[in-house]
Amino acid sequence: MSVEPTIRMVELGQGRAPVEVWQAGQGTPLVFLHGAGGLMPDDRFFQALAGQFHVHAPLLPGYGGSEGEDELKDMLDTTLHTGDVIDALGLTGAALVGHSMGGMIAAELAALAPNDVSRLALIAPAGLWLDDHPVEDLFAKLPFELPELLFHDVALGESLLTAGLDLEDPAFLSEFLIGNARRLGMAGKLLFPIPDRGLSRRLHRIKARTLILWGASDRLISPVYGDAFAAAIPNSELEIVAEAGHLVTMEKPGRVVDAIATLVNAG
Amino acid sequence: MKFTWFNLMPWPHLSEDFRETNRSVWVDIPSRLYDPQKGHHVYNTYLDQLEYAESLGFDGIGVNEHHANAYGLMPSPNLMAAALARRTSKAALVVLGNSIALYNPPIRVAEEFAMLDVISGGRLVAGFPVGTSMDTNYVYGQVPALTREKYAEAHELIIRAWAEDEPFSFNGRYTQLRYANCWPKPIQAPRPPVFIPGGGSIETYDFCIENDYAYSYLSFTGYKRAQLLMDGFWERVDEMGADRSPYRAGFAQTICVAETDAEAKELYAEHVNYFFNRCLHVYPGYGDAPGYRTVKTIKKGALSQYTRSSLGSLGKLTWEELVADGHIIAGSPETVTEKMKELINGLKVGNIFCLLHIGNMTNEKTMLSSRLFAEEVMPHLRDMWPEWGNHDDRFWIHPLEDRLEPTVPIAVTPNAAPSNSNGGAAS
Repeated sequence: MSVEPTIRMVELGQGRAPVEVWQAGQGTPLVFLHGAGGLMPDDRFFQALAGQFHVHAPLLPGYGGSEGEDELKDMLDTTLHTGDVIDALGLTGAALVGHSMGGMIAAELAALAPNDVSRLALIAPAGLWLDDHPVEDLFAKLPFELPELLFHDVALGESLLTAGLDLEDPAFLSEFLIGNARRLGMAGKLLFPIPDRGLSRRLHRIKARTLILWGASDRLISPVYGDAFAAAIPNSELEIVAEAGHLVTMEKPGRVVDAIATLVNAG
Repeated sequence: MKFTWFNLMPWPHLSEDFRETNRSVWVDIPSRLYDPQKGHHVYNTYLDQLEYAESLGFDGIGVNEHHANAYGLMPSPNLMAAALARRTSKAALVVLGNSIALYNPPIRVAEEFAMLDVISGGRLVAGFPVGTSMDTNYVYGQVPALTREKYAEAHELIIRAWAEDEPFSFNGRYTQLRYANCWPKPIQAPRPPVFIPGGGSIETYDFCIENDYAYSYLSFTGYKRAQLLMDGFWERVDEMGADRSPYRAGFAQTICVAETDAEAKELYAEHVNYFFNRCLHVYPGYGDAPGYRTVKTIKKGALSQYTRSSLGSLGKLTWEELVADGHIIAGSPETVTEKMKELINGLKVGNIFCLLHIGNMTNEKTMLSSRLFAEEVMPHLRDMWPEWGNHDDRFWIHPLEDRLEPTVPIAVTPNAAPSNSNGGAAS
């Protein structure tokens, strides 16, 4: 069953560009920060979250209708911006979930403002660097290389990543290239050339009860990073999801949302 | 017309099966493929050729900057220009150029360019490329979406450092200097002529036109493919109300000259093939880091030459096809003269960057092709822009009249007694 998200533009004031926020579902509110790819049309993970929560997913500037990306130069700008969006939504203190780049932003926010985040779920977050396990260079990949990089089930990945795309249509292709340049151009300010902006020095500040989730077959960011995050965040637990790659959110959405529900509903 | 003899300085020892056994000639090419002992000969031969070009009467000799690139062996073009500054006295030293977003702090470029200008007696042409994505983003780690902003800030600092007579404070986002103070300053005041290498970013047009910098289109696909892009440049010149001096623009062209058309093929085809097949074997994933191009440029469809799928297939083209499509201009002096006129009139350019050494071309062939071009082609192209007096002061060097000539080193005779007791180290 597909849930139609409500999409609206949220004002931040002070002359800043408004932000596009997707919203759906009922019950406990939850904020979801997407990864470098953004939200897909009919995003499977957003749908799954909406099945159990009242989910709010703001799009980072550079993604979809969210503009103002030129004003965000670095990690601090981006983290403070995200905090402002959550504040504008009236959701400070709500459970915070982030995937990949979104997980990096969520972890930064929880470290920067430890009293504003109560429950934190980091799904294959970026933000650390281990010399023995270099994160793959997402920025030098060609489109056809992505399913293998991002999925355990490569065939499933191919069908999910190309759903609704017509790369033979020049008009669509042009839009796609522009969108890609905007999205990954913004992502590069946090992740290029090495996705380390000093988070390891701040993770110890996080007070939120934290769940770290990782696909066992993640080839973009090895699951060993899960151990590094778990070791650095005081009140945290690591859960490895079998038969899932970096986009564990798309391969095992039910499993991931159940784990988040356990975290959020725990006393 | 101004002719600059330009050497990309390719590594000439890439194996026959380089394409099949390596992903890319650039960025991740294993450095074990570089042999420093062979490199000694390669560098010195290439420098000899640049010096020879001056003796042939070329107006400029050109070097550029690339990193982790087997077709461009000059991570530091300023070192090459410094070597040339001492051994030449007439030609412009066209450093095309320093990727100013990569120098930290970028006042380093103001200083080194000033040194080159002073040593050479005012012969420096200062090039400021944004740099390719391969060099700037992948090899030198700059954040793609911030590269242009960093470049603009570096440019502001350098130009100001040359112009100011007193130390000043510079509070940039990427560089903060309490004492910005360029010692030495260039002979050419307030600045040497500036050339901006461009590869299709439309922001670069406006930047050049506004500042009277020469737009330099460095393409390997030849003059016919360049028509659309250069038309766009001249349209922009008109829109901005600037004059149409041909010296506002330059073009790089691969050129091969022999006694006859047939001889050109016989002499040069294998080297051209080496260049297109092995040197241009760039992994497409390194072509354009997302965010490096502005949305405005992508919308215009003026994408980098490296992302064109056609580039990969250039290596498969026959000599005849490469000639017919204008990727290379090759043949007898008559043929080359005719094609060069077509290029100059078509693109309306006053500067030509002559790529006369190609791929793994031998020194003898390079000298032959260069000499034939200088003696039998160049003279017929000198009067292409009579209405501009065949020269534009804004876009060329202003050397000192009484600059020094290269000197023969003073012989050191080990047995000669020191003429005074302070000379020489105590033994």
